[in-house]
Amino acid sequence: MDFPEPIRLLAFLLGMMAFVAVNAAYLVWAERKGAGRFQRRPGPTEVGWAGLLQPVADGIKLISKQVIVPPGADPILFRVAPLLVMAPAMMTLAVIPFSETLVGRDINVGLVFVFAFGAINVMAIMMGGWASRNKYAIISAARVVSQDVAYEIPMLLVVITLLMVTGTMNLNEIVQQQAGWFWHWNLFRLDVNPLMPVTFIIFFICMLAETNRAPFDMAEAESELVAGAFTEYAGMGFGVFFMAEYANIVVGCSLATVLFLGGWQSPFGVGSGVIWFLLKMYALVFTVIWVRWTFPRTQFYSLLNLSWKILIPISMVTLVLTCILLKLT
Amino acid sequence: MRPKVSIKEIVRGLHSLVAGMRITLGQFFKPTVTVHYPHESLKMAPRFRGHIELVRDEKTGKPLCFACKLCEKACPSDCITVEGVKLEGEKRKSVSEYKLDFTKCSLCGSCVEACKSNAIRFSKDYNLATTSKEELIMDLFKRLEADQAKTGQPDTKDTREAGK
Amino acid sequence: MSASEVIPASDKPQETFVLNVGPQHPATHGVLRLKMTMDGEYVARAEPVCGYIHRMHEKMGENRTWAQFLPNTGRIDYLAAMAYNHAYVAAVERAAKIEVPPRAEYIRVITSELNRISSHLVWFGAFLLDLGGFTPLLYAFDDREKILDLLEAITGSRLTYCYYRFGGVCNDIDADFIRGVREFVAGMRPRLKMYHTLVTENVILRRRLVGIGYIGREMCRKYGATGPVIRGAGVAYDVRKVEPYSVYRDLNFDIPAFPEGDCMARYRVRMEEIEQSLRIIEQGLDKLPDGPVMGGNVPRVLKPPAGDCCFAVEAARGRFLVRIISDNKEIPYRVRLRTPCFCNLSLFEEASAGMMLPDALALLGSLDLVIPDIDR
Ligand code: SF4
Ligand code: SF4
Repeated sequence: MDFPEPIRLLAFLLGMMAFVAVNAAYLVWAERKGAGRFQRRPGPTEVGWAGLLQPVADGIKLISKQVIVPPGADPILFRVAPLLVMAPAMMTLAVIPFSETLVGRDINVGLVFVFAFGAINVMAIMMGGWASRNKYAIISAARVVSQDVAYEIPMLLVVITLLMVTGTMNLNEIVQQQAGWFWHWNLFRLDVNPLMPVTFIIFFICMLAETNRAPFDMAEAESELVAGAFTEYAGMGFGVFFMAEYANIVVGCSLATVLFLGGWQSPFGVGSGVIWFLLKMYALVFTVIWVRWTFPRTQFYSLLNLSWKILIPISMVTLVLTCILLKLT
Repeated sequence: MRPKVSIKEIVRGLHSLVAGMRITLGQFFKPTVTVHYPHESLKMAPRFRGHIELVRDEKTGKPLCFACKLCEKACPSDCITVEGVKLEGEKRKSVSEYKLDFTKCSLCGSCVEACKSNAIRFSKDYNLATTSKEELIMDLFKRLEADQAKTGQPDTKDTREAGK
Repeated sequence: MSASEVIPASDKPQETFVLNVGPQHPATHGVLRLKMTMDGEYVARAEPVCGYIHRMHEKMGENRTWAQFLPNTGRIDYLAAMAYNHAYVAAVERAAKIEVPPRAEYIRVITSELNRISSHLVWFGAFLLDLGGFTPLLYAFDDREKILDLLEAITGSRLTYCYYRFGGVCNDIDADFIRGVREFVAGMRPRLKMYHTLVTENVILRRRLVGIGYIGREMCRKYGATGPVIRGAGVAYDVRKVEPYSVYRDLNFDIPAFPEGDCMARYRVRMEEIEQSLRIIEQGLDKLPDGPVMGGNVPRVLKPPAGDCCFAVEAARGRFLVRIISDNKEIPYRVRLRTPCFCNLSLFEEASAGMMLPDALALLGSLDLVIPDIDR
């Protein structure tokens, strides 16, 4: 299939948008269903079979509501923030290889691209919180920033460790290196770094923190800050923030799949394809949901302590260890 | 200052997290415990205290109440007003109006206890949502009559097990 | 208000700002308002503002007969209505010298303790909700539902039972109830173990509760705090032990007390109390005597002799005391209600100073406040 590059990219971006939108909407459904099951109740059941049309109904409800800009709020920032939180999720998915060919743009610095855009998300939440002119929202915005600064560091340290192992920033190549049986996955490359599973756990924790998911949902913290940065948002403004949360989870889980779990590679060496990618990614998404419905929220300073006192030292150790082992072999 | 974190503590902490997740996963695969209310409903307990209703005499089909107003006096919330008339040829009065202001009722049950002739009982009706306050001020006597008109015959059996 | 009317932020940054937590806020569980003067995320001063749900129960007591006031008592702390009914009923019984048959006393103790467990389960769930954990709430409600079903079967109501009468209880319990309670007690112990693994051991929860929200003995004394709050400060003060009423003297149970004085201590006191209540219920069922459930000497028109009479019980949240003054009429002269939550709340201002906002709210949750109980 030889399409001219611009058309291919356009088609892929459109597909990506649809993918993100459907995922965001249906992950909300999955989250509610999952939460229901964890709590011994069925979750949404009324709209459509097994509540499958619930996201549509919610969407209609949210769209039909008025978007209220509170008096004294910064009207431009207030409106831009929800868009800005959604856009990076779509952008980053363009470089994620779903399968060998199914990738929007196979660029050499894919990993850098993902992290560059990933950081916008936090800025957008801060913008929304700041622009709302609400005390709860401002507290939340301040929290988001310090949380993000704290967790970007261990995350990047982990990624650098990985980069030394792979030697490339091209995501597609990273996946290709992990071909074969599942012990070729970076997660199990114990020869270059015996602490690789620990590295993965750190990556996962950081991802939870970066996407503001429980138990690190400092930004929303509904029992303290009402709805945090989103307190003043009504209608679709809130809806977009809400969907962006799930879009970002998809991005985070995709990245974890690509970096550690061999992307679209089959665990048995044969039959690789997009199906494996989706399976692994949704397994991670399920874990994210599972974690949320199990733990209470962390306190803000123990969140920072966790990062500065535990995660950063450990990721430093893995970094140094990998350096030494790579030099030796 | 917080104590320094040790490796042992981290491992113990992680273990507690895993233990918690194991429990929630176990619950995930257990059947649900809820009842889908509009589609299914629970049977109310025999002693369930709903709003009150008048009871008929098994034989005559007339309400047992003879307007002695004991319930009216016992009610702490002043929600009962009973009026009675003296019919010819009968020794006692019989009820002609039994107004229950359900907006004020605290469902305490004092009225049923006060009634010496068991002329009132608790209904099992709990679907009581209305769109106006007036609908909750009901005349139990008229309700009873209307019931009779609907079924065409004095309905003396206990309908309370219906659960709806 | 248009944007131009907004007062611009002054050049000099303000040191503190006021954060209104409540009357509608997810953490206040009702209409309590906390006027928090914040220094960044630190609480400089938190002033509780109550009265939003004041219903004049005490005044209502002066306007209705002795028996008619009984339903009111269940609505003060609606989560532990049995104990409140008990205090009022027993106060009137003491004033009017009404005898209560032993079977009724045992039934009262069993139902009160069941109610205490259900109240603690609600607290457990709601407290975890304050801390951001949603799932334990529903597990706790699942267990609580069993208690409510049992109590509904004998009392006819799920929350405001109004089950006790001057001189006894209004309905006898049946074999179904006894079997149900035994089943519940047997099923509750493994559930408690599950809660401990899921919640108590959890490292995130420990980080949030251990060493947070210190309330010492002195502070409890100063403000008159009772119940799990004072027991969490290491004082084993429990009305059931220090002024035993009903048949508590014949039952064997411990008063859990933890000296740490932090949120974790209060948490553990309540969890331990559930265990103790299970013990009490089991013993109560074993010892349950036969006989009538209503005393014979209850006058039809109740006019307690003139005088002043008190009765205190250990409700789920602390010492609840009813003081009645009678002038030998059908209507009380005065009904005074001493509710535990009011005193437990009043120490919040002192205890929360200097804490971070989430910790202050954890402290608030650990006090287990029922707002109608504060305002009465
Ligand atoms: S249940 Fe209580 S409040 Fe309701 S009508 Fe009867 S006595 Fe009055
Ligand atoms: S219901 Fe009973 S107490 Fe009330 S007026 Fe009729 S007979 Fe008397």
